[in-house]
Amino acid sequence: MILAAAQHIAQQAAQQPVLNQETHGFLSPTGVEIAFLLVGLVTLGAALVTVTTRQLVHAALWLVVALGGLAVEYLLLTAEFIAWVQVLIYVGSVVVLLLFGLMLTKAPIGHSPDADSRNRPVAAAVALAAAGALVWVVVDAFRTTWIDLDGAVQGSTEVSGQILFRHWVLPFEALSVLLLAALVGAIVLSRRKKEEQR
Amino acid sequence: MNDVHDVALRLLVVFAVFLVLPLVVGQTEHKVMAHMQGRLGPMYAGGFHGWAQLVADGVKFAQKEDVVPKDADRRVFQLAPAVALLPYLLVLVAIPIGPSEGAVGQVVDAGIFFVLAVMGVGVLGSLMAGWASANKFSLLGGLRTAAQLLAYELPMLLAAASVAMAAGTVSLPGILNAFEWWWVPWQIVGALVFFVAGLAELQRPPFDMPVADSEIIFGAYTEYTGLRFALFLLAEYAGIVVLCGLTTVLFLGGWHGPFGADGLGWVWTLLKTAVLAFVVIWLRVSYPRLREDQLQKLAWTTLVPLALAQIALTGIVKVAIQ
Repeated sequence: MILAAAQHIAQQAAQQPVLNQETHGFLSPTGVEIAFLLVGLVTLGAALVTVTTRQLVHAALWLVVALGGLAVEYLLLTAEFIAWVQVLIYVGSVVVLLLFGLMLTKAPIGHSPDADSRNRPVAAAVALAAAGALVWVVVDAFRTTWIDLDGAVQGSTEVSGQILFRHWVLPFEALSVLLLAALVGAIVLSRRKKEEQR
Repeated sequence: MNDVHDVALRLLVVFAVFLVLPLVVGQTEHKVMAHMQGRLGPMYAGGFHGWAQLVADGVKFAQKEDVVPKDADRRVFQLAPAVALLPYLLVLVAIPIGPSEGAVGQVVDAGIFFVLAVMGVGVLGSLMAGWASANKFSLLGGLRTAAQLLAYELPMLLAAASVAMAAGTVSLPGILNAFEWWWVPWQIVGALVFFVAGLAELQRPPFDMPVADSEIIFGAYTEYTGLRFALFLLAEYAGIVVLCGLTTVLFLGGWHGPFGADGLGWVWTLLKTAVLAFVVIWLRVSYPRLREDQLQKLAWTTLVPLALAQIALTGIVKVAIQ
């Protein structure tokens, strides 16, 4: 579904006349592109530190940097709405929840040696496979399409909303049903435990 | 070149506002609290009614030694005050104070999402401080902060979404342009939910469980001294300014007023913000602290249903008037 979505967007983008590939060399260095690359490197670095650091809370804080970097990348791609939602949901809520959990378990300051499950090689293999698949999907879907930064904004709230609720209503609704199911499931699970305790 | 000049000037003005208004709120708090409790408050610093008390406090904080506890996580500990303070500066950039194009630091397309997202980041500072201090009271404070944020973020978002629905836009100047006077009664429930949830997010009394001084000393900020502690305090007062400004813009019509809308729009914005800030101080003096379970109950069983009801009402009225 993601693949189809990406290809659809790429096709739509490619149909727009302003997006010609000829005038653009590969990575011709305009200011925005340099910023995009640099932020991308920072994001990648922060993500690597997140999964390799031996200090649990530091991992969560580096995750903030990685997710924030991603938000900046969305901004540079003119997808302002997506960028702010990314900050709101991931930095503002998911990481706070994560830190809450870590504090509840009294994550120590310094190294946590017992937190190593010795699955590093397997985890690395899965991560590399997932990263490879995602990169392949994105590269295959977008090829050398470029966003025209001087023209009308293509990722504003209005455009995102129209695309979401005209072309992608069904996946959107399916996702919301999935989330609802997860929510109900969480409530059921937490209630059952309480009854057992009594 | 003119553009660069213009942007620099705007940022400078926003920065000046960021430095001055929180201090004004702080001094007002000294005085209002004192008079509500039948005493005078600071009277000597600077001569006239102790106007320079906060300046003196600032000098005192700057002179103090900057202590980092031995077992603390140094870098996270030192970074935390900046993470707590900077988001409010960023939010201030997006709040419009007058009707003209130039009366906002920077127009943000998805303004509501921007301000709420960035305000949420500020809480990370408290969490970092709470964990990195290597102190059990700090850790408890951090835990309470996180639990409070998770509970109150949702009603705040829902209340803001109601206004966005009413205006048909998520940009703050756009909302103000669409504002009509009858929006105030229409959105009053949402306004109350937003304001209360905002107070809880700032950890202001009666929602100051995370810093409850009679139980956990000063929560996440227990180990801080000197300038870093002052930065946390400044973040709290900047938060009051931001919350009151946002409530004004979203629910009270910002620069709209009964008269003088052309040149005096910014006066209306400031006036409404000041009245709300007074209410914040008033609540601190007059309300007892809510217990942790009462806090959670208020958020999940009162504010969330109220916000959802407000959204339903907004939807019905919106369809009815079209």
